[in-house]
Amino acid sequence: MEGDLAHIGAGLAAIGSGAAAIGVGNVAGNYLAGALRNPSAAASQTATLFIGIAFAEALGIFAFLVSLLLMFAV
Amino acid sequence: MATEADGHSDGGLVFHPMDQFIVKPLFGDGAVNMFTFTNVALWLLLAVACVIALMVLGTSKRARVPSRTQSVAELAYGFVYKMVEDVTGKDAVKYFPYIFTLFMFIVFSNFLALIPSSFSPTSHIAVTAVLGFGVFIAVTVLGFVKNGAGFLGLFWVSSAPLALRPILAIIELISYFVRPVSHSIRLAGNIMAGHAVLKVFAGFAAITAVAPLSILGITAIYALEVLVAFIQAYVFTILTCVYLKDALHPSH
Repeated sequence: MEGDLAHIGAGLAAIGSGAAAIGVGNVAGNYLAGALRNPSAAASQTATLFIGIAFAEALGIFAFLVSLLLMFAV
Repeated sequence: MATEADGHSDGGLVFHPMDQFIVKPLFGDGAVNMFTFTNVALWLLLAVACVIALMVLGTSKRARVPSRTQSVAELAYGFVYKMVEDVTGKDAVKYFPYIFTLFMFIVFSNFLALIPSSFSPTSHIAVTAVLGFGVFIAVTVLGFVKNGAGFLGLFWVSSAPLALRPILAIIELISYFVRPVSHSIRLAGNIMAGHAVLKVFAGFAAITAVAPLSILGITAIYALEVLVAFIQAYVFTILTCVYLKDALHPSH
């Protein structure tokens, strides 16, 4: 595969997925830490957990979108 | 689309993990136009047929002791109903049919896509964008109908210091218009990435030395994809509920 700058850019954009992974890990880890301290309140907060994960993940998805655009659209 | 058995012969992988997402006509081959019956259309129709089979046929007997199908239908109904009630509030229950339709449709498209050699319609941004922008337009119109100009209070953070409010308003406005984009791309991106990863692992199965590892990997990733298929439908639905709540109660 002969690479050009767009491919390098796509690879760089994929770093954003790793950043989103840090964010999602933060959300889930803090949820677990809170849930273990107060297990009775944990069940009521699962919806918030998923919303938080979704928002953290959205920005990683944008990075994925940028790399897709560089691969196929540019 | 199938992985080539001699994938390692020239030192590179010859299969293409993105080939599974190609939209092609089912009957004959020619250009795809608006009315071509494609593989996307087939699997969308199958998803709708499955939802109808589960909800209409499953609950048609109205047995007091539910059959297995009826229990699943009741479980799904109760699950989404409680979600709408908890997240959006009791006054939003009249929008429950829309949210439940979205949930059932996405969950069935996701799960049907996990059948080997099937097609995943929700991996296409074209499909999810229709769902996402549908929610966005519906929620925006509803917000203005219910609250009039008061809906703009969503962008005016009254708990912030006065000097900061115009800046926050711009940020809120941008984040509001990014919503349908992230809403639809999240679903499509997750499903597409998951299926592409499955294909990449399947490609490694052609190399004898790593084939057992690859098969283990496929099994693990497949299990993850089953989870993701449900969670993404759940996330899509719960975000719809959150957006609906913002439209009904825009005050910050």
